[in-house]
Amino acid sequence: MTGWLPPEAATAVWLSLRVSFWATVLSLPLAVLVALLLARGRFPGRGLLNGLVHLPLILPPVVTGYLLLLAFGRNGPVGSWLHEAFGITLAFRWTGAVLAAAVMAFPLTVRAIRLSVEAVDPKLEQAAATLGASRLMVFLTVTLPLILPGVLVGAVLAFAKAMGEFGATITFVSNIPGQTQTLPSAIYAFLSVPGGDEAALRLVLISIAIALGALALAEWLGRVVARRIGAP
Amino acid sequence: MTLDVQLAHDFGGFALDVEFAAPDGVTVLFGRSGSGKTSVVNAVAGILRPDRGKVMAQGIVLTDTARGLHLPPFRRRIGYVFQEPRLFPHLTVAQNLGFGRWFAPRNAAGASPERIITLLGLEHLLARRPLALSGGEKQRVAIGRAILSKPRLLLMDEPLAALDAARRDEILPYLERLREELGLPILYVSHSAVEVARLATTLVLIEGGRVRKAGPAAQLMADPALAPAFGLRELGAVIRAEVAAHEDDGLTRLTASAGSLWVPHVDMAPGTHLRLRVPASDVTLALRRPEGVSALNILPARITAIRRGDGPGALVQLDCGGELLLARVTQRSVEGMGLAPGMDLYVMLKALSVAPQNMGGD
Repeated sequence: MTGWLPPEAATAVWLSLRVSFWATVLSLPLAVLVALLLARGRFPGRGLLNGLVHLPLILPPVVTGYLLLLAFGRNGPVGSWLHEAFGITLAFRWTGAVLAAAVMAFPLTVRAIRLSVEAVDPKLEQAAATLGASRLMVFLTVTLPLILPGVLVGAVLAFAKAMGEFGATITFVSNIPGQTQTLPSAIYAFLSVPGGDEAALRLVLISIAIALGALALAEWLGRVVARRIGAP
Repeated sequence: MTLDVQLAHDFGGFALDVEFAAPDGVTVLFGRSGSGKTSVVNAVAGILRPDRGKVMAQGIVLTDTARGLHLPPFRRRIGYVFQEPRLFPHLTVAQNLGFGRWFAPRNAAGASPERIITLLGLEHLLARRPLALSGGEKQRVAIGRAILSKPRLLLMDEPLAALDAARRDEILPYLERLREELGLPILYVSHSAVEVARLATTLVLIEGGRVRKAGPAAQLMADPALAPAFGLRELGAVIRAEVAAHEDDGLTRLTASAGSLWVPHVDMAPGTHLRLRVPASDVTLALRRPEGVSALNILPARITAIRRGDGPGALVQLDCGGELLLARVTQRSVEGMGLAPGMDLYVMLKALSVAPQNMGGD
Protein backbone atom coordinates (compact mmCIF):
# COMPACT_ATOMS: atom_id res chain seq x y z
CA MET A 1 0.00 0.00 0.00
CA THR A 2 3.00 2.32 0.41
CA GLY A 3 2.92 4.95 -2.21
CA TRP A 4 -0.78 4.47 -2.85
CA LEU A 5 -1.44 7.26 -0.37
CA PRO A 6 1.01 10.15 0.18
CA PRO A 7 2.28 10.19 3.81
CA GLU A 8 0.61 13.51 4.64
CA ALA A 9 -2.70 12.10 3.38
CA ALA A 10 -2.32 9.01 5.57
CA THR A 11 -1.56 11.27 8.53
CA ALA A 12 -4.73 13.22 7.81
CA VAL A 13 -6.83 10.02 7.78
CA TRP A 14 -5.32 8.88 11.05
CA LEU A 15 -5.82 12.34 12.63
CA SER A 16 -9.44 12.47 11.52
CA LEU A 17 -10.14 9.04 13.06
CA ARG A 18 -8.52 10.17 16.30
CA VAL A 19 -10.37 13.51 16.35
CA SER A 20 -13.71 11.86 15.57
CA PHE A 21 -13.23 9.17 18.22
CA TRP A 22 -12.50 11.69 20.97
CA ALA A 23 -15.18 14.11 19.81
CA THR A 24 -17.73 11.26 20.01
CA VAL A 25 -16.59 9.80 23.32
CA LEU A 26 -16.27 13.13 25.11
CA SER A 27 -19.53 14.65 23.88
CA LEU A 28 -21.73 11.57 24.39
CA PRO A 29 -22.31 11.79 28.19
CA LEU A 30 -23.11 15.49 27.88
CA ALA A 31 -25.43 14.77 24.95
CA VAL A 32 -27.31 12.16 27.04
CA LEU A 33 -27.66 14.66 29.88
CA VAL A 34 -28.88 17.46 27.59
CA ALA A 35 -31.27 15.08 25.80
CA LEU A 36 -32.74 14.05 29.17
CA LEU A 37 -33.09 17.69 30.21
CA LEU A 38 -34.79 18.63 26.95
CA ALA A 39 -37.09 15.59 26.87
CA ARG A 40 -38.09 15.49 30.53
CA GLY A 41 -37.02 18.72 32.20
CA ARG A 42 -39.46 21.48 33.08
CA PHE A 43 -37.29 24.45 33.93
CA PRO A 44 -36.94 28.08 32.88
CA GLY A 45 -34.46 28.45 30.05
CA ARG A 46 -35.33 25.10 28.47
CA GLY A 47 -36.11 26.84 25.17
CA LEU A 48 -32.85 28.75 25.37
CA LEU A 49 -30.88 25.55 25.93
CA ASN A 50 -32.67 23.92 23.02
CA GLY A 51 -31.78 26.86 20.77
CA LEU A 52 -28.18 26.91 21.90
CA VAL A 53 -27.75 23.18 21.23
CA HIS A 54 -29.19 23.53 17.75
CA LEU A 55 -27.23 26.65 16.83
CA PRO A 56 -24.30 24.82 15.14
CA LEU A 57 -26.82 23.05 12.90
CA ILE A 58 -28.19 26.31 11.49
CA LEU A 59 -25.23 28.67 11.61
CA PRO A 60 -22.74 28.63 8.76
CA PRO A 61 -19.86 26.39 9.98
CA VAL A 62 -17.43 29.25 9.40
CA VAL A 63 -19.38 31.34 11.89
CA THR A 64 -19.31 28.55 14.47
CA GLY A 65 -15.56 28.18 13.93
CA TYR A 66 -15.03 31.89 14.32
CA LEU A 67 -17.13 31.97 17.50
CA LEU A 68 -15.04 29.11 18.86
CA LEU A 69 -11.92 31.08 18.02
CA LEU A 70 -13.30 34.15 19.83
CA ALA A 71 -14.18 32.14 22.94
CA PHE A 72 -11.45 29.48 23.01
CA GLY A 73 -8.59 31.32 21.25
CA ARG A 74 -5.52 32.18 23.31
CA ASN A 75 -6.97 35.63 24.02
CA GLY A 76 -10.59 34.53 24.30
CA PRO A 77 -12.27 34.44 27.75
CA VAL A 78 -12.44 30.65 27.99
CA GLY A 79 -9.24 30.00 26.06
CA SER A 80 -7.08 32.26 28.22
CA TRP A 81 -8.53 30.74 31.39
CA LEU A 82 -7.89 27.19 30.15
CA HIS A 83 -4.34 28.18 29.26
CA GLU A 84 -3.57 29.83 32.58
CA ALA A 85 -5.34 27.33 34.83
CA PHE A 86 -4.50 24.05 33.07
CA GLY A 87 -1.99 24.93 30.38
CA ILE A 88 -4.46 23.71 27.75
CA THR A 89 -4.43 25.34 24.34
CA LEU A 90 -7.13 24.46 21.83
CA ALA A 91 -6.79 26.91 18.96
CA PHE A 92 -4.61 25.62 16.10
CA ARG A 93 -4.11 22.26 17.85
CA TRP A 94 -5.65 18.87 17.13
CA THR A 95 -7.48 19.11 20.47
CA GLY A 96 -9.22 22.16 19.04
CA ALA A 97 -10.32 20.04 16.09
CA VAL A 98 -11.90 17.66 18.63
CA LEU A 99 -13.82 20.57 20.16
CA ALA A 100 -14.96 21.88 16.76
CA ALA A 101 -16.11 18.43 15.64
CA ALA A 102 -17.89 17.80 18.96
CA VAL A 103 -19.74 21.12 18.82
CA MET A 104 -20.81 20.58 15.22
CA ALA A 105 -22.00 17.02 15.87
CA PHE A 106 -23.72 17.83 19.18
CA PRO A 107 -27.18 18.78 17.81
CA LEU A 108 -27.39 15.56 15.80
CA THR A 109 -26.43 13.41 18.78
CA VAL A 110 -28.84 15.19 21.12
CA ARG A 111 -31.71 14.85 18.64
CA ALA A 112 -31.16 11.11 18.22
CA ILE A 113 -30.95 10.47 21.95
CA ARG A 114 -33.83 12.79 22.75
CA LEU A 115 -36.13 10.85 20.42
CA SER A 116 -35.30 7.62 22.23
CA VAL A 117 -35.80 9.24 25.65
CA GLU A 118 -39.23 10.40 24.55
CA ALA A 119 -40.04 6.84 23.51
CA VAL A 120 -39.38 5.54 27.04
CA ASP A 121 -42.64 5.16 28.96
CA PRO A 122 -42.31 7.19 32.19
CA LYS A 123 -44.67 4.65 33.75
CA LEU A 124 -41.84 2.11 33.68
CA GLU A 125 -39.64 4.52 35.61
CA GLN A 126 -42.47 5.12 38.06
CA ALA A 127 -42.82 1.37 38.55
CA ALA A 128 -39.07 1.11 39.21
CA ALA A 129 -39.38 3.83 41.85
CA THR A 130 -42.16 1.95 43.67
CA LEU A 131 -39.84 -1.08 43.68
CA GLY A 132 -37.30 0.92 45.66
CA ALA A 133 -35.00 2.36 42.99
CA SER A 134 -33.71 5.90 43.58
CA ARG A 135 -33.66 8.35 40.66
CA LEU A 136 -30.07 7.48 39.81
CA MET A 137 -30.77 3.74 39.96
CA VAL A 138 -33.90 4.18 37.83
CA PHE A 139 -31.75 5.90 35.23
CA LEU A 140 -29.00 3.28 35.31
CA THR A 141 -31.24 0.18 35.39
CA VAL A 142 -34.25 1.24 33.32
CA THR A 143 -33.84 4.45 31.33
CA LEU A 144 -30.27 3.97 30.08
CA PRO A 145 -30.73 0.39 28.83
CA LEU A 146 -33.92 1.43 27.05
CA ILE A 147 -32.35 4.45 25.30
CA LEU A 148 -29.19 2.54 24.38
CA PRO A 149 -30.21 2.12 20.70
CA GLY A 150 -30.71 5.88 20.47
CA VAL A 151 -27.37 6.53 22.16
CA LEU A 152 -25.65 4.23 19.67
CA VAL A 153 -27.32 5.93 16.71
CA GLY A 154 -26.30 9.28 18.20
CA ALA A 155 -22.71 8.08 18.59
CA VAL A 156 -22.47 6.89 15.00
CA LEU A 157 -24.01 10.14 13.74
CA ALA A 158 -21.53 12.10 15.85
CA PHE A 159 -18.60 10.07 14.51
CA ALA A 160 -19.72 10.46 10.89
CA LYS A 161 -20.34 14.17 11.30
CA ALA A 162 -16.94 14.62 12.98
CA MET A 163 -15.21 12.75 10.13
CA GLY A 164 -16.72 15.18 7.63
CA GLU A 165 -16.49 18.41 9.60
CA PHE A 166 -14.63 21.04 7.61
CA GLY A 167 -15.75 24.65 7.92
CA ALA A 168 -15.62 25.15 11.68
CA THR A 169 -12.45 23.07 11.96
CA ILE A 170 -10.46 24.96 9.34
CA THR A 171 -11.55 28.30 10.81
CA PHE A 172 -10.74 27.33 14.42
CA VAL A 173 -7.58 25.23 14.03
CA SER A 174 -6.52 26.03 10.45
CA ASN A 175 -5.08 23.42 8.08
CA ILE A 176 -1.60 22.58 9.31
CA PRO A 177 -0.33 19.34 7.71
CA GLY A 178 0.54 16.76 10.35
CA GLN A 179 -1.05 18.82 13.13
CA THR A 180 -4.55 19.98 12.34
CA GLN A 181 -5.05 18.73 8.81
CA THR A 182 -8.06 16.42 8.98
CA LEU A 183 -9.31 14.27 6.11
CA PRO A 184 -11.62 16.91 4.59
CA SER A 185 -8.96 19.63 5.01
CA ALA A 186 -6.46 17.35 3.24
CA ILE A 187 -8.82 16.78 0.33
CA TYR A 188 -9.28 20.53 0.11
CA ALA A 189 -5.51 21.05 0.22
CA PHE A 190 -4.79 18.42 -2.44
CA LEU A 191 -7.42 19.88 -4.72
CA SER A 192 -5.87 23.34 -4.53
CA VAL A 193 -2.40 22.22 -5.69
CA PRO A 194 -1.60 21.10 -9.27
CA GLY A 195 -1.46 17.29 -9.61
CA GLY A 196 -3.21 16.71 -6.31
CA ASP A 197 -6.39 15.27 -7.86
CA GLU A 198 -5.32 11.67 -7.61
CA ALA A 199 -4.47 11.83 -3.89
CA ALA A 200 -7.72 13.72 -3.29
CA LEU A 201 -9.70 11.01 -5.07
CA ARG A 202 -8.07 8.31 -2.96
CA LEU A 203 -8.97 10.23 0.19
CA VAL A 204 -12.52 10.52 -1.09
CA LEU A 205 -12.66 6.73 -1.49
CA ILE A 206 -11.37 6.24 2.06
CA SER A 207 -13.91 8.74 3.29
CA ILE A 208 -16.75 6.82 1.63
CA ALA A 209 -15.47 3.50 2.99
CA ILE A 210 -15.30 4.81 6.56
CA ALA A 211 -18.80 6.29 6.29
CA LEU A 212 -20.28 3.04 4.94
CA GLY A 213 -18.42 1.03 7.58
CA ALA A 214 -19.78 3.22 10.37
CA LEU A 215 -23.30 2.86 8.99
CA ALA A 216 -23.02 -0.93 8.81
CA LEU A 217 -21.64 -1.05 12.35
CA ALA A 218 -24.54 1.08 13.59
CA GLU A 219 -27.09 -1.19 11.88
CA TRP A 220 -25.54 -4.30 13.39
CA LEU A 221 -25.22 -2.81 16.89
CA GLY A 222 -28.79 -1.56 16.67
CA ARG A 223 -30.03 -5.06 15.86
CA VAL A 224 -28.02 -6.66 18.66
CA VAL A 225 -29.21 -4.12 21.23
CA ALA A 226 -32.82 -4.27 20.07
CA ARG A 227 -32.74 -8.05 20.52
CA ARG A 228 -31.21 -7.65 23.98
CA ILE A 229 -33.79 -5.19 25.23
CA GLY A 230 -36.63 -7.22 23.78
CA ALA A 231 -37.86 -4.64 21.29
CA PRO A 232 -39.90 -6.08 18.42
CA MET B 1 -54.40 -0.19 62.03
CA THR B 2 -52.30 -1.45 59.16
CA LEU B 3 -52.95 1.61 57.07
CA ASP B 4 -54.36 4.98 58.09
CA VAL B 5 -55.23 7.37 55.31
CA GLN B 6 -56.44 10.90 55.56
CA LEU B 7 -56.20 12.97 52.40
CA ALA B 8 -57.45 16.15 50.83
CA HIS B 9 -56.42 17.22 47.39
CA ASP B 10 -57.84 19.70 44.93
CA PHE B 11 -57.43 18.63 41.31
CA GLY B 12 -59.17 21.77 40.05
CA GLY B 13 -62.76 20.79 39.36
CA PHE B 14 -62.48 17.60 41.39
CA ALA B 15 -61.82 17.52 45.10
CA LEU B 16 -60.64 14.44 46.93
CA ASP B 17 -61.36 14.29 50.64
CA VAL B 18 -61.13 10.84 52.18
CA GLU B 19 -60.36 9.28 55.50
CA PHE B 20 -60.30 5.58 56.30
CA ALA B 21 -58.37 2.94 58.18
CA ALA B 22 -57.54 -0.44 56.74
CA PRO B 23 -56.97 -3.49 58.97
CA ASP B 24 -55.01 -6.56 57.84
CA GLY B 25 -56.36 -8.52 54.92
CA VAL B 26 -57.65 -7.15 51.65
CA THR B 27 -59.20 -3.71 51.76
CA VAL B 28 -61.06 -2.93 48.56
CA LEU B 29 -61.56 0.67 47.47
CA PHE B 30 -64.77 0.37 45.53
CA GLY B 31 -66.36 2.98 43.32
CA ARG B 32 -67.04 4.13 39.79
CA SER B 33 -64.22 5.25 37.55
CA GLY B 34 -63.44 8.87 38.24
CA SER B 35 -64.42 8.61 41.90
CA GLY B 36 -60.84 9.15 43.06
CA LYS B 37 -59.76 5.59 43.90
CA THR B 38 -56.52 5.68 41.92
CA SER B 39 -55.60 9.04 43.42
CA VAL B 40 -55.91 7.56 46.90
CA VAL B 41 -53.64 4.68 45.95
CA ASN B 42 -51.15 7.04 44.29
CA ALA B 43 -51.03 9.13 47.45
CA VAL B 44 -50.27 6.02 49.50
CA ALA B 45 -47.51 5.10 47.02
CA GLY B 46 -46.10 8.62 47.19
CA ILE B 47 -46.67 9.33 43.50
CA LEU B 48 -49.29 11.95 44.37
CA ARG B 49 -48.38 14.56 46.93
CA PRO B 50 -51.65 15.61 48.56
CA ASP B 51 -52.47 19.22 49.47
CA ARG B 52 -53.25 18.13 53.00
CA GLY B 53 -53.21 14.82 54.78
CA LYS B 54 -51.47 12.08 56.64
CA VAL B 55 -50.68 8.55 55.54
CA MET B 56 -49.37 5.93 57.96
CA ALA B 57 -48.54 2.32 57.13
CA GLN B 58 -47.84 -0.06 59.99
CA GLY B 59 -47.07 2.83 62.30
CA ILE B 60 -44.64 4.51 59.92
CA VAL B 61 -45.55 8.00 58.76
CA LEU B 62 -45.22 8.20 54.97
CA THR B 63 -46.84 11.57 54.42
CA ASP B 64 -47.71 14.26 56.92
CA THR B 65 -48.33 17.58 55.24
CA ALA B 66 -48.66 19.34 58.61
CA ARG B 67 -44.99 18.51 59.22
CA GLY B 68 -44.00 18.97 55.59
CA LEU B 69 -43.11 15.28 55.38
CA HIS B 70 -43.47 13.30 52.16
CA LEU B 71 -41.32 10.23 51.60
CA PRO B 72 -40.51 9.64 47.91
CA PRO B 73 -41.94 6.41 46.44
CA PHE B 74 -38.61 4.59 46.46
CA ARG B 75 -38.22 4.99 50.22
CA ARG B 76 -41.73 3.82 51.17
CA ARG B 77 -41.48 0.09 50.59
CA ILE B 78 -45.04 -0.01 49.29
CA GLY B 79 -45.54 -2.50 46.46
CA TYR B 80 -47.68 -1.33 43.57
CA VAL B 81 -49.38 -3.45 40.92
CA PHE B 82 -50.66 -1.08 38.26
CA GLN B 83 -53.52 -1.56 35.81
CA GLU B 84 -50.96 -2.37 33.13
CA PRO B 85 -48.14 -4.78 33.99
CA ARG B 86 -45.34 -2.25 33.36
CA LEU B 87 -42.70 -4.98 33.10
CA PHE B 88 -39.22 -3.92 32.09
CA PRO B 89 -38.90 -5.00 28.45
CA HIS B 90 -35.10 -5.27 28.55
CA LEU B 91 -35.12 -7.77 31.42
CA THR B 92 -36.19 -11.40 31.57
CA VAL B 93 -39.04 -12.52 33.80
CA ALA B 94 -36.51 -13.69 36.42
CA GLN B 95 -34.72 -10.34 36.30
CA ASN B 96 -38.01 -8.46 36.53
CA LEU B 97 -38.92 -10.51 39.59
CA GLY B 98 -35.55 -9.81 41.17
CA PHE B 99 -35.60 -6.08 40.46
CA GLY B 100 -37.22 -4.90 43.69
CA ARG B 101 -35.37 -7.42 45.83
CA TRP B 102 -32.15 -5.68 44.89
CA PHE B 103 -33.24 -2.50 46.62
CA ALA B 104 -35.06 -4.05 49.58
CA PRO B 105 -33.29 -4.16 52.94
CA ARG B 106 -31.48 -7.50 53.31
CA ASN B 107 -33.05 -8.26 56.70
CA ALA B 108 -36.62 -7.32 55.74
CA ALA B 109 -39.22 -10.04 56.10
CA GLY B 110 -40.75 -11.37 52.94
CA ALA B 111 -41.62 -14.51 51.07
CA SER B 112 -38.82 -16.30 49.23
CA PRO B 113 -38.64 -16.03 45.43
CA GLU B 114 -39.15 -19.80 45.08
CA ARG B 115 -42.39 -19.61 47.05
CA ILE B 116 -43.79 -16.69 45.07
CA ILE B 117 -42.78 -18.26 41.77
CA THR B 118 -44.64 -21.44 42.73
CA LEU B 119 -47.60 -19.56 44.14
CA LEU B 120 -48.03 -17.55 40.93
CA GLY B 121 -47.16 -20.43 38.61
CA LEU B 122 -44.23 -18.67 36.97
CA GLU B 123 -41.71 -21.56 36.88
CA HIS B 124 -41.81 -22.06 33.12
CA LEU B 125 -41.69 -18.34 32.31
CA LEU B 126 -38.49 -17.32 34.09
CA ALA B 127 -36.17 -17.22 31.07
CA ARG B 128 -38.64 -15.41 28.82
CA ARG B 129 -38.88 -11.72 28.04
CA PRO B 130 -42.09 -9.80 28.78
CA LEU B 131 -42.81 -9.45 25.07
CA ALA B 132 -43.29 -13.23 24.82
CA LEU B 133 -45.91 -13.39 27.59
CA SER B 134 -49.70 -13.31 27.45
CA GLY B 135 -51.59 -10.52 29.22
CA GLY B 136 -52.45 -12.72 32.19
CA GLU B 137 -48.88 -14.00 32.51
CA LYS B 138 -47.52 -10.45 32.43
CA GLN B 139 -49.83 -9.36 35.22
CA ARG B 140 -48.82 -12.38 37.33
CA VAL B 141 -45.16 -11.45 36.89
CA ALA B 142 -45.99 -7.85 37.86
CA ILE B 143 -47.69 -9.11 41.02
CA GLY B 144 -44.70 -11.32 41.86
CA ARG B 145 -42.28 -8.48 41.22
CA ALA B 146 -44.16 -6.19 43.61
CA ILE B 147 -44.35 -8.84 46.34
CA LEU B 148 -40.67 -9.74 46.07
CA SER B 149 -39.67 -6.14 46.77
CA LYS B 150 -40.64 -7.06 50.37
CA PRO B 151 -43.24 -4.33 50.76
CA ARG B 152 -45.02 -3.34 53.97
CA LEU B 153 -48.23 -3.15 52.05
CA LEU B 154 -49.32 -4.05 48.53
CA LEU B 155 -51.34 -1.66 46.36
CA MET B 156 -53.30 -3.09 43.45
CA ASP B 157 -55.04 -0.66 41.12
CA GLU B 158 -57.59 -2.70 39.17
CA PRO B 159 -54.96 -5.26 38.24
CA LEU B 160 -57.53 -7.21 36.23
CA ALA B 161 -59.12 -4.29 34.40
CA ALA B 162 -56.96 -4.58 31.29
CA LEU B 163 -57.66 -8.32 30.92
CA ASP B 164 -60.51 -10.19 29.27
CA ALA B 165 -62.88 -12.30 31.35
CA ALA B 166 -60.97 -15.54 30.81
CA ARG B 167 -57.65 -14.02 31.94
CA ARG B 168 -59.40 -12.45 34.92
CA ASP B 169 -60.69 -15.85 36.03
CA GLU B 170 -57.16 -17.16 35.56
CA ILE B 171 -55.67 -14.61 37.97
CA LEU B 172 -58.32 -14.36 40.68
CA PRO B 173 -57.44 -17.72 42.27
CA TYR B 174 -53.80 -16.61 42.50
CA LEU B 175 -54.87 -13.44 44.31
CA GLU B 176 -56.94 -15.50 46.71
CA ARG B 177 -53.95 -17.72 47.45
CA LEU B 178 -51.77 -14.69 48.06
CA ARG B 179 -54.25 -13.26 50.52
CA GLU B 180 -54.50 -16.54 52.41
CA GLU B 181 -50.88 -17.60 52.44
CA LEU B 182 -48.79 -14.44 52.69
CA GLY B 183 -50.65 -12.32 55.21
CA LEU B 184 -49.51 -9.27 53.26
CA PRO B 185 -51.98 -6.40 53.69
CA ILE B 186 -53.44 -5.37 50.36
CA LEU B 187 -55.21 -2.18 49.30
CA TYR B 188 -57.13 -3.16 46.18
CA VAL B 189 -58.93 -0.81 43.81
CA SER B 190 -61.91 -2.23 41.97
CA HIS B 191 -65.23 -1.39 40.42
CA SER B 192 -66.31 -5.01 40.09
CA ALA B 193 -68.68 -6.43 42.68
CA VAL B 194 -67.48 -9.90 41.75
CA GLU B 195 -63.90 -9.08 42.71
CA VAL B 196 -65.14 -7.53 45.96
CA ALA B 197 -67.11 -10.68 46.76
CA ARG B 198 -64.10 -12.91 46.17
CA LEU B 199 -61.35 -10.84 47.71
CA ALA B 200 -62.50 -8.17 50.13
CA THR B 201 -62.12 -8.37 53.88
CA THR B 202 -62.85 -4.68 54.33
CA LEU B 203 -64.69 -2.46 51.94
CA VAL B 204 -64.34 1.30 51.45
CA LEU B 205 -67.02 2.72 49.20
CA ILE B 206 -65.87 5.86 47.42
CA GLU B 207 -68.20 8.26 45.67
CA GLY B 208 -67.23 11.58 44.12
CA GLY B 209 -63.95 11.81 45.99
CA ARG B 210 -65.43 10.99 49.39
CA VAL B 211 -65.88 7.88 51.51
CA ARG B 212 -69.54 6.93 51.41
CA LYS B 213 -69.14 4.02 53.79
CA ALA B 214 -66.40 1.78 55.14
CA GLY B 215 -66.61 -1.48 57.07
CA PRO B 216 -66.47 -5.28 56.94
CA ALA B 217 -67.14 -6.41 53.37
CA ALA B 218 -69.87 -8.96 54.16
CA GLN B 219 -71.88 -6.38 56.05
CA LEU B 220 -71.65 -3.69 53.38
CA MET B 221 -72.42 -6.05 50.52
CA ALA B 222 -75.64 -7.13 52.21
CA ASP B 223 -76.76 -3.57 52.97
CA PRO B 224 -79.80 -2.78 50.81
CA ALA B 225 -79.15 0.95 51.19
CA LEU B 226 -75.82 0.57 49.40
CA ALA B 227 -77.23 -1.60 46.60
CA PRO B 228 -77.23 1.16 43.97
CA ALA B 229 -73.48 1.60 44.49
CA PHE B 230 -72.83 -2.04 43.54
CA GLY B 231 -75.30 -2.06 40.67
CA LEU B 232 -78.38 -4.28 40.72
CA ARG B 233 -77.00 -6.78 38.24
CA GLU B 234 -73.94 -7.60 40.27
CA LEU B 235 -75.64 -7.34 43.63
CA GLY B 236 -75.12 -10.22 45.97
CA ALA B 237 -74.18 -11.18 49.49
CA VAL B 238 -71.35 -13.39 50.58
CA ILE B 239 -71.60 -16.04 53.27
CA ARG B 240 -69.07 -18.34 54.88
CA ALA B 241 -69.19 -22.08 54.56
CA GLU B 242 -67.04 -25.14 55.10
CA VAL B 243 -66.63 -28.17 52.86
CA ALA B 244 -68.37 -31.05 54.68
CA ALA B 245 -68.22 -33.99 52.28
CA HIS B 246 -68.02 -35.00 48.64
CA GLU B 247 -71.04 -37.13 47.87
CA ASP B 248 -71.41 -40.01 45.45
CA ASP B 249 -73.63 -38.22 42.97
CA GLY B 250 -70.96 -35.59 42.24
CA LEU B 251 -72.23 -32.92 44.59
CA THR B 252 -70.28 -31.40 47.44
CA ARG B 253 -72.03 -30.77 50.73
CA LEU B 254 -71.16 -27.54 52.47
CA THR B 255 -71.98 -26.48 55.99
CA ALA B 256 -73.08 -22.91 56.49
CA SER B 257 -74.20 -21.55 59.84
CA ALA B 258 -77.86 -21.90 58.79
CA GLY B 259 -77.62 -25.46 57.50
CA SER B 260 -76.34 -27.68 54.73
CA LEU B 261 -75.93 -26.58 51.11
CA TRP B 262 -75.13 -28.65 48.03
CA VAL B 263 -73.08 -27.40 45.12
CA PRO B 264 -71.55 -29.11 42.07
CA HIS B 265 -68.26 -30.78 42.98
CA VAL B 266 -65.75 -28.41 44.54
CA ASP B 267 -62.12 -29.47 44.32
CA MET B 268 -61.30 -28.76 47.96
CA ALA B 269 -60.64 -31.03 50.91
CA PRO B 270 -63.34 -31.43 53.60
CA GLY B 271 -62.77 -28.86 56.33
CA THR B 272 -61.71 -26.16 53.87
CA HIS B 273 -63.28 -22.79 54.54
CA LEU B 274 -64.73 -20.96 51.60
CA ARG B 275 -66.89 -18.04 50.70
CA LEU B 276 -70.11 -18.36 48.82
CA ARG B 277 -71.42 -15.57 46.72
CA VAL B 278 -75.18 -15.50 46.60
CA PRO B 279 -76.49 -13.18 43.86
CA ALA B 280 -79.57 -11.29 45.05
CA SER B 281 -81.49 -12.21 41.91
CA ASP B 282 -80.97 -15.93 42.57
CA VAL B 283 -82.65 -15.94 45.98
CA THR B 284 -86.33 -16.96 46.07
CA LEU B 285 -88.48 -16.42 49.16
CA ALA B 286 -91.15 -18.79 50.48
CA LEU B 287 -93.46 -18.34 53.46
CA ARG B 288 -93.56 -22.07 54.26
CA ARG B 289 -90.89 -24.69 53.77
CA PRO B 290 -91.31 -25.49 50.07
CA GLU B 291 -91.94 -29.09 49.09
CA GLY B 292 -91.91 -30.70 45.72
CA VAL B 293 -89.46 -28.23 44.24
CA SER B 294 -86.25 -29.04 42.44
CA ALA B 295 -84.17 -26.60 44.45
CA LEU B 296 -81.83 -28.39 46.87
CA ASN B 297 -80.72 -25.45 48.91
CA ILE B 298 -83.45 -24.26 51.22
CA LEU B 299 -82.64 -22.49 54.48
CA PRO B 300 -84.68 -20.78 57.18
CA ALA B 301 -84.20 -17.02 57.46
CA ARG B 302 -85.63 -13.92 59.05
CA ILE B 303 -86.28 -10.60 57.28
CA THR B 304 -84.19 -7.80 58.73
CA ALA B 305 -84.93 -4.97 56.29
CA ILE B 306 -86.82 -4.19 53.11
CA ARG B 307 -85.92 -1.46 50.68
CA ARG B 308 -88.22 -0.52 47.84
CA GLY B 309 -86.57 0.64 44.64
CA ASP B 310 -87.75 3.33 42.26
CA GLY B 311 -88.91 0.69 39.78
CA PRO B 312 -91.03 -2.40 40.41
CA GLY B 313 -88.33 -4.11 42.45
CA ALA B 314 -87.50 -4.36 46.12
CA LEU B 315 -84.54 -5.64 48.08
CA VAL B 316 -85.03 -7.84 51.10
CA GLN B 317 -82.22 -8.27 53.61
CA LEU B 318 -82.32 -11.56 55.49
CA ASP B 319 -80.60 -12.97 58.51
CA CYS B 320 -79.73 -16.53 57.66
CA GLY B 321 -78.13 -18.20 60.67
CA GLY B 322 -76.31 -15.02 61.62
CA GLU B 323 -75.16 -14.22 58.09
CA LEU B 324 -76.74 -11.59 55.90
CA LEU B 325 -78.31 -12.37 52.54
CA LEU B 326 -79.95 -10.13 49.99
CA ALA B 327 -82.95 -11.12 47.86
CA ARG B 328 -84.20 -9.14 44.90
CA VAL B 329 -87.94 -9.52 44.49
CA THR B 330 -90.79 -7.49 43.04
CA GLN B 331 -92.76 -5.02 45.09
CA ARG B 332 -95.85 -6.99 44.08
CA SER B 333 -94.42 -10.03 45.89
CA VAL B 334 -93.67 -7.93 48.95
CA GLU B 335 -97.30 -6.81 49.05
CA GLY B 336 -98.80 -10.17 48.12
CA MET B 337 -96.77 -12.15 50.64
CA GLY B 338 -97.12 -9.45 53.26
CA LEU B 339 -93.36 -9.34 53.84
CA ALA B 340 -92.19 -7.25 56.76
CA PRO B 341 -89.07 -7.02 58.90
CA GLY B 342 -89.04 -9.62 61.67
CA MET B 343 -90.88 -12.25 59.60
CA ASP B 344 -89.54 -15.82 59.53
CA LEU B 345 -89.54 -17.56 56.16
CA TYR B 346 -87.46 -19.76 53.87
CA VAL B 347 -84.99 -18.93 51.17
CA MET B 348 -84.27 -21.01 48.08
CA LEU B 349 -80.84 -20.47 46.63
CA LYS B 350 -80.34 -21.20 42.96
CA ALA B 351 -76.90 -20.37 41.65
CA LEU B 352 -74.17 -20.40 44.24
CA SER B 353 -70.70 -19.44 43.23
CA VAL B 354 -67.95 -20.81 45.32
CA ALA B 355 -64.76 -18.97 46.05
CA PRO B 356 -62.11 -20.43 48.27
CA GLN B 357 -61.11 -19.18 51.66
CA ASN B 358 -62.39 -17.19 54.50
CA MET B 359 -64.13 -13.97 54.87
CA GLY B 360 -62.49 -11.38 56.97
CA GLY B 361 -63.19 -11.15 60.64
CA ASP B 362 -62.65 -14.79 61.40
